[in-house]
Amino acid sequence: MSATRRIQFTLNGRPEAAEIGTHETLVELLRDHFALFGARESCGQGLCGCCTVLVDGRAVSGCLFLAAAADGARIETIEGLAVDERLDPVQEAFLECAAFQCGFCTPGFILMTKQLLDENPSPSEGEIKHYLSGNLCRCGAYPEIIEAVKLASRKVKSRTPGDAAP
Amino acid sequence: MSATAATSQVGRSVPRLEGRAKVTGRAEYIHNLRLPGMLHGKIFRSAVAHGRIRRIDIDAARRVPGVHAVFTSDDVRRLIPDPYYGPAFHDQPILAIDKVRHIGEPVAVVLAEDPHVAEEAARLIVAEYDELPAVTDEVEAMTSNVIVHDVLKPAGIFPDLKHLEGRKGTNIALDFRLRRGDAAKAFAEAAHVFEHTFRTQPVMHTPLEPFVSAAEPGDGTLTIYTASQSPSFVRIEIARLLGWPENRVRVKTAFLGGGFGAKLYIKLEALVAALALLARRPVKISLTMDEQFFTITKHPSTFRIKSAVAKDGRVTARECEVWWNGGAYADIGPRVTQKSGFTAAGPYDIDNVSIDSYALYTNRPPAGALRGFGIPQLVWAYESHTDVIARALGIDPVEFRRRNLLRDGRPQATGTMMKDAAIDKVLDRLVERLGWSRSFDRGHGTVKRGRGLAIGFKASIAPTTSVAILNIYADGSCALYCSTVDMGQGSDTAMAQIAAEALDIPAETVRVVHPDTDVTPYDMATLGSRSTYHMGHAVKRAAEDARAKIDALKGELGLPPGSNVPLADLFRRKYGMQAGNIVGVGSFVPGYASPDHATGLTPNATPFWMVGGTGAEVDVDTETGHVSVARLINVADVGTPINPRIVETQLSGGAIMQLGFTMQEQMEFAGGQLLNPNLADYKIPGMRDLPARIESEAIDAVEQGGPFGAKGVGESATFGVSPAIANAIDDAVGVRLMELPLTPEAVFRALRKDGR
Repeated sequence: MSATRRIQFTLNGRPEAAEIGTHETLVELLRDHFALFGARESCGQGLCGCCTVLVDGRAVSGCLFLAAAADGARIETIEGLAVDERLDPVQEAFLECAAFQCGFCTPGFILMTKQLLDENPSPSEGEIKHYLSGNLCRCGAYPEIIEAVKLASRKVKSRTPGDAAP
Repeated sequence: MSATAATSQVGRSVPRLEGRAKVTGRAEYIHNLRLPGMLHGKIFRSAVAHGRIRRIDIDAARRVPGVHAVFTSDDVRRLIPDPYYGPAFHDQPILAIDKVRHIGEPVAVVLAEDPHVAEEAARLIVAEYDELPAVTDEVEAMTSNVIVHDVLKPAGIFPDLKHLEGRKGTNIALDFRLRRGDAAKAFAEAAHVFEHTFRTQPVMHTPLEPFVSAAEPGDGTLTIYTASQSPSFVRIEIARLLGWPENRVRVKTAFLGGGFGAKLYIKLEALVAALALLARRPVKISLTMDEQFFTITKHPSTFRIKSAVAKDGRVTARECEVWWNGGAYADIGPRVTQKSGFTAAGPYDIDNVSIDSYALYTNRPPAGALRGFGIPQLVWAYESHTDVIARALGIDPVEFRRRNLLRDGRPQATGTMMKDAAIDKVLDRLVERLGWSRSFDRGHGTVKRGRGLAIGFKASIAPTTSVAILNIYADGSCALYCSTVDMGQGSDTAMAQIAAEALDIPAETVRVVHPDTDVTPYDMATLGSRSTYHMGHAVKRAAEDARAKIDALKGELGLPPGSNVPLADLFRRKYGMQAGNIVGVGSFVPGYASPDHATGLTPNATPFWMVGGTGAEVDVDTETGHVSVARLINVADVGTPINPRIVETQLSGGAIMQLGFTMQEQMEFAGGQLLNPNLADYKIPGMRDLPARIESEAIDAVEQGGPFGAKGVGESATFGVSPAIANAIDDAVGVRLMELPLTPEAVFRALRKDGR
């Protein structure tokens, strides 16, 4: 495990580079090189969604995704979602609906919801459940999460582009 | 404290104080912790369920480049001569000594700066064992020749374990016995006698933040950072193991990524403490999801329950024998066995009761507390049993329950009088929500519909102590120091609300300092839904103490007690500058009387009673056995909620967790080997496993003894879920399942067994 390589990418909008081991995962890259802890390894099998990271706009399981494969990519994590102090509408919705308990799975749910709403701005309850079935919450905050996704959908739709500036 | 609260602070759905940190991914967990010079530990585990260790070969692991050290129990014993720990028995070695007692027991540890190196090296360790026969079933363990521990070693903390000191040739780690009235006579005179045996399966908490602890040696001190629900216990136990005074051991926690009873007492803390002192470096161990399954589990149980019923449908006697599969180390199992033993006969007014509850050692991974402390296992049995009796006698299950219900002012099986336990109201509300008296659509074709309900209750924890400190700073802002651990249940917010109410300030302005035993005072642990009541009292008293000291200061400064001079001015007048503190202290020790050893009777079994019930409507596919829960209604008596919104989410969350234990979760063993220690093969509920409708309600109630009328809530919604669903399945298709989980296969087999 001594082979290393240098990769370049944008991380939450900033150009970055890192010298990584070829075995390193995206979670390790974020944690060990950038002190970003919002993507968390839990099940280690890509089944719980706690390690969700957006790579070129697509949600991936950061515990399985090799850091080397992120070379040249656009990486977005939960930490990059709020602009200055202003939360993303999905984050606002999770806050307002109390859609979390221990909070460990929350970043994954929020990023997955963001991707869902990008693809489908008005998901039905069935579509929400289907889309988020790969994210697990052991505290069982699912009813509140479903509420939050619905609220986020309303928030995203009502936000005109001009609103984005604080 | 310049801002005065505009409204009442309790009873208000204050958003969680840490909400912003959690939605931005910046909440602090021990999972994130990195210490300068830190080594990572990887555990090598036993591959046999029971065996004598012949040889451990660590040479190849030691030679791996990057490995700092490899340690076994020989090394640990150089540091700690008697390295056994546990809350009830000192039975669990830090690393296996001479023997292994379950699959996955820690045998050796590799330390390296790179966790991948440690993992690779751990794979090179070879251990040879002389395998011994294993005992895995709790009922067999009662009489088996296979003895898991040669001699029993009670920890000395609990008086009711003293009689087990030095006992040999037994796997019984506690035998709780309760005798009330004359059960034998009542059975002899009964019009009807019913007897059933129910079982529950092994399951695991699976907190999504797996177990993680780190230790950092200092100059004659040791700091432990751990995802623990019981930092005060950890300090006391580590200090005992090391033979140090408590003040040289510091234990810090952060937010927990779930706990559910898993992260109690000692899990990795003793191991990282020993490793850090041996290596003279900080050491962190982060378990993987797989490893969690070998660390702590929920007790599988077998419950034989027998009832005598009179002609009028009154239960006149009940006999309960419960066997708890505690696994290889007792952990808190003996407490589960005793506390749940108090209420094994159910929330019914029965004059003649006989209860025997046994904690058994087996060669399974250890079992401990899991959201309900044994109560969900009991309610599963007694509420299934109750429905079977009602159906057999042709009495409506609700009517049968009402005829026998335990009401306030009546003695419970232990002899303790019931008070502030709204069992009747919880049942009434379930009946109302289910529309029990209305006609019910029974489905069509091959899909049949049914409905059922169940109610349960629980004695809370005692003896126990909580202490809190409220520190008011010179600008008038304040911080609350308490060792209650926020693992998602919202305790930071609830405690801030209680302090704020007593101080008449907005809850949002109270800073809650997380457990750090050098800073925050003693608390027994965050468990058993005790914090709102026990710590809530301590916090209220600390705030009242601070308030009294503010008034005293006003007096000292010649101001009338009601004067509204801002706090910052009071400090300035007293000290001549922005300086000083006002420190309020509060502690709480509830009343409790230990049960008599021979009869299990006590006039005061619990500080308060928890009551929870569930109603379920299900669709059963008679061709596949598939059960879908159309509606799950959870109703509880939580006293007066401090934070209604958080209470509601605790109820629905608890019910969803228990739904997993009811419908799908099961640790599968084959000859002592665990086949599914991962979330691919051990499925916890996801979005698509939710009932079509889930409803949660805290009934209008007051706990007279509680802070602002409140009591515990975290476990209440778990009680009734399993039997409510089994009762609904019986209602739909007329088959009775006696064992959890209620899988499609189990339902299908039961349907076919009846020749349908």
